[in-house]
Amino acid sequence: MVKAVVLTGYGINCDYETTRALELAGAEPERVHISSLVSKSLDSYQILVVPGGFSFGDDIAAGKMLANKMKHVAGRQIEKFITDGKLVIGICNGFQALVKYALLPEVGEQKVTLTFNGSGRFEDRWVPLKPVGDKCVWTRGIEELYLPVRHGEGKLVAPPEVLKDIEGRGLVALRYGGSGYPDNPNGSLNDIAGLCDPSGRVFGLMPHPEAYLHRTNHPRWTRGESGTLGLEVFRNAVDYAEAEL
Amino acid sequence: MATRILVRFRGQYPDARAGYVEKRINSYLGISASVDRVDVYTIEEGLGGEELEKAESLFVDPVTQETLADGDYESLVEVGFLPGVKDTVGETSRKALSELAGRDVGPIYTSVQYRLRGAGKEETERIAAELLANSMIQHWRVFGRGENVEMPIPKVELGHVGEAKAVSLELDDAGLEKLSADCSLALGLADMKTIKEYYSREAVGAERAENGLPESPTDVELEIIAQTQSEHCKHRIFNGRIKYSGPEGKEEIDSLFKSYIKKSSEEIAKQRRWIVSMFWDNAGVASLNDEWNYVVKCETHNSPSALDPYGGAITGIVGVYRDPMGTGLGSKIVGSTYGFCTGSPFYDGELRPRMPPKRLLDGVVEGVKDGGNKSGIPTACGTVFFDDGWLGKPLVYVSAVGLMPKEVAGRKSHEKHIDSGDRVVMAGGRVGKDGIHGATESSLEGGAWITAGHVQIGDPFTQKKVQDFILEARDEGLYNAITDLGAGGISSAAGESACMSNGCTLDLDQVPLKYLGLEPWEILVSESQERMLLAVPPKNMERLRELAERHDVEMSDIGVFEGTGKFTALYGGKKVCFLDMGFLHAGFPQLQLEAEWAPKEWDEPTLPEEEHGRLIHEMVARENIASKEWVQRQYDHEVQGGSVIKPFIGAGNDGPGDAAVLRPVLDRKEGLAIAAGFNPKYSKIDAYHMAALSLDEALRKVISVGAALGHVALNDNFCWPNSVYDSEKNPDGRHKLAQLVRANKALYDYTTYFGTPCISGKDSMFIDGAVKDSSGKEHKVSGLGAVMFTAVAKVNDVEKCVSMDFKGGGDYVYIVGETNAELGASEYYEARGAVGNGVPELDKEKAKKNYESVEAAIAKGIVRSCHGCYRGGLGVALVMCCAAGDVGAEIGLDGLPGNAKTVVERLYSESGARFVVTVAPECASEFESLVADAKRIGTVGGDSLKITGVLDEKVKALRESWQKTFRGFW
Repeated sequence: MVKAVVLTGYGINCDYETTRALELAGAEPERVHISSLVSKSLDSYQILVVPGGFSFGDDIAAGKMLANKMKHVAGRQIEKFITDGKLVIGICNGFQALVKYALLPEVGEQKVTLTFNGSGRFEDRWVPLKPVGDKCVWTRGIEELYLPVRHGEGKLVAPPEVLKDIEGRGLVALRYGGSGYPDNPNGSLNDIAGLCDPSGRVFGLMPHPEAYLHRTNHPRWTRGESGTLGLEVFRNAVDYAEAEL
Repeated sequence: MATRILVRFRGQYPDARAGYVEKRINSYLGISASVDRVDVYTIEEGLGGEELEKAESLFVDPVTQETLADGDYESLVEVGFLPGVKDTVGETSRKALSELAGRDVGPIYTSVQYRLRGAGKEETERIAAELLANSMIQHWRVFGRGENVEMPIPKVELGHVGEAKAVSLELDDAGLEKLSADCSLALGLADMKTIKEYYSREAVGAERAENGLPESPTDVELEIIAQTQSEHCKHRIFNGRIKYSGPEGKEEIDSLFKSYIKKSSEEIAKQRRWIVSMFWDNAGVASLNDEWNYVVKCETHNSPSALDPYGGAITGIVGVYRDPMGTGLGSKIVGSTYGFCTGSPFYDGELRPRMPPKRLLDGVVEGVKDGGNKSGIPTACGTVFFDDGWLGKPLVYVSAVGLMPKEVAGRKSHEKHIDSGDRVVMAGGRVGKDGIHGATESSLEGGAWITAGHVQIGDPFTQKKVQDFILEARDEGLYNAITDLGAGGISSAAGESACMSNGCTLDLDQVPLKYLGLEPWEILVSESQERMLLAVPPKNMERLRELAERHDVEMSDIGVFEGTGKFTALYGGKKVCFLDMGFLHAGFPQLQLEAEWAPKEWDEPTLPEEEHGRLIHEMVARENIASKEWVQRQYDHEVQGGSVIKPFIGAGNDGPGDAAVLRPVLDRKEGLAIAAGFNPKYSKIDAYHMAALSLDEALRKVISVGAALGHVALNDNFCWPNSVYDSEKNPDGRHKLAQLVRANKALYDYTTYFGTPCISGKDSMFIDGAVKDSSGKEHKVSGLGAVMFTAVAKVNDVEKCVSMDFKGGGDYVYIVGETNAELGASEYYEARGAVGNGVPELDKEKAKKNYESVEAAIAKGIVRSCHGCYRGGLGVALVMCCAAGDVGAEIGLDGLPGNAKTVVERLYSESGARFVVTVAPECASEFESLVADAKRIGTVGGDSLKITGVLDEKVKALRESWQKTFRGFW
């Protein structure tokens, strides 16, 4: 059975529903406190999830302190996890952490960042999304999504040459469904909502796929509307891990 | 020397926060200035070389930001915290940098510079004072171009060693009253005499001598007594003896709480077997299903929010979470709500409140935003309501819903006990001077009484770690009891817990402090936030410490529970407090109060001819009806994954849902519907009907989404003006108290009839403030008597929930319930400057029938939409349903049930117990047979709301009128 680690602690707060998502997707998830990674090996797991939340209260910059903590406590393990060909996802605050850790869009120096929404405010709203290309393991085969964003610092920015590079190499995995506010809720450049690494196995996104696991999560389900469940993102990962890892 | 690191955004990446500030400077003060924002980190002990590089890598985003050498500006203001005010970013920065540096780098303080162009020093001073800073918690300095920017470090240096002092009570009556006032004890003369009598007892004196204590009380003891007897802790007005004279005659009431609230709930508990626990614990407990209980509590945080709206509100919401966390063996918080009441944000009258209502509201909205979002708790829904009676003191309501397994570690989760010998363990934040006298000062009217020592700023991050820690410790069965530290600090939490063991000994030297120099009494009563108190068997201490360390939670063993019958505290190894538990909790006289009903007779207005098309636009745009989506959108209302009915719903996700529904256990089908009923305007006429209609509103809201009347847990939350008669200071105090009595009578009459118990509640009894007018003259401003009923109701199957938006064309529109000529204190009358006297009166038999029949129809699955008629009546309800569904309707008012005759009465009377329901034509006969009092009034369709012979307005335009009022607040 595919085993997944869902990180908790230090203000991470979507760990329970993310654990539920992995269960429904057929994996065996385990909530693990970041501090426990000092002594806990990740060797027997195939999926690592950095869930959403307000780690360290978003102090200094969202995800920055969490990135430092992950590096400090388990940097070597996490980097090995990636080079071993395993799967990693960072959602919302987790995405911010992966970017500030410089694991996305690739391991190295931090080249892109997620900063304050164009509006200057935190917002909770559902937005249409379009997966891009077929590099990303997590979004493969999904045509469109409709998920909530719930963040104040989700605007993806990078220097023009970096943007061109990541676009050219297919590292943009997910875009907002429209260019203006509110479809692009934060003013992200190129409407980027999610990035993957060159292997397609490490994925980060601002919207919350774990917030749409049941038809009654959809804001208009009482009007008979529905869409692709966010659960599909996790199913993709579990299917891949079952087949390849 | 201190190192200051200045961080700003590079030119090509605008700082959205600066843009937001620019916009606010323009909209509030009419000044067009451009603003750059610079974040400043001051490392007190200084840094150099490699450590400085590490610090810069921590504080500066390599893509968007840079450290700053200089910049272009006309004037600059730097805003920092006052000494002792919680600087959470500074604290986390210290921890993070210490981790990088491999040593403790010492204190780090944060401040913010705003660099302005287009504003001189004088204007910048005004911008800082009115918009950027709050003098209660922050200090600032303004600099011109070329001036050296220097800021003092806000280090706390108290410069003395604390000690307990004896306080003589050998005083006459006036002297005792003066002592109470001088020390902000908020104790009355009768209380002071009771204390004096206790200390004069021979046995007490002998015991004190034996234990090395002075004959007269120590300041520590006096403070503990004041906290324990405070209005906040003992609800002395609700428990007072009242001589009441009202329209129903004269009577003497021995405690409003016991006579109405508790009595009602105890009677109801005989038939509602799902009630698990109420009144004795920090929150009420009810059963969700065979595995889970839920926990409900509401609170207000009014006085602190008047001083520092942001700090008051964040402390309020983070604080109310601790109540369910500290109920039974502790619960996980799964939802919360808010209610904000201020003067009109558009107020332009004669009064000059210290902070204009709009700015106050901004701060409060933001406080709950950070408190809720950073805690990872869905802020499910809320109420925003305006009345100029709250210019003196705002209301900030917060509520929290917790969830706990029925059984944890082999024990019933809703019970707790303490064994003699259990350790007193404090977990969470450290103790400083923050919030000292919060509990006693909520007993005093606003104005000059409130001091800055009152203000705390909650820290959701610290508390989130505490919550995670506690849930693990609970599931391992490591403690016997838990409670939160709130008002009154350790003195209240330990004092109340010690009732279970009949005594405790605390060692104040073991309490972790933020800084040295606190007096021992301050350590005991400080309201520093994010703390929980546990009773821990000694054998579990080691494991508990391990868990605390993993979760990065500070935990201290501060004493022992024991069966000595004494509340003992040590400081510097000496006893500084030695009080009989019995005296502390029971030995005080009941307040004696007078209530006399003397209602005002209002003029009945002469109404103008209305142009109804225009009027309906005017009505939906009014500030108490217009969309408050701008508040709710900033709140994460779906974290934890259980969101079923969102606060804003419909075709465009922007219609006003009646109630929010959450599914707290993701693998179960039960849900909790949450909503509040609140309509204090009716108190202008009669608080009895105000309470009845507020209750009715709460019940209809949860029933509209699919909850069952048979399982509604209520919280009553009274916010009342000073009701203690005083011939000079409060000449109408007797009437205000009579209003309170009548509100409680209504609570009893209706809750018992409906079978909906209040399982938890709260009161805040001094909603008054002193406000100056433009000439400097002071006016006392009192709030309307208000009770908010927060309903948390079980939904048996979330898949059967219903929303309020009209669905497809062709559906039949029904009104359930009578529309009567009851425009008194209505939104329409207010729009025409009138109050009137014909307040809506709730017929309880008809109301219950309507609730139950609508519930049955929804359960059958034949209701396409359901919405209550609330403030603004049927007219407003129809606009809401159309706007949310993005579809029109054709409505006829002929034959509308009830005695309303004129169009204005039919559309805008606020009669209770009514629902607007739509049903597909094929289900019409089944619906009509289930809901006997339903009357078909029209059909859904088209793009206009057409009311035959009255109006014909485009839905799009109506929605725009409803949404435009607060658009500028985004």
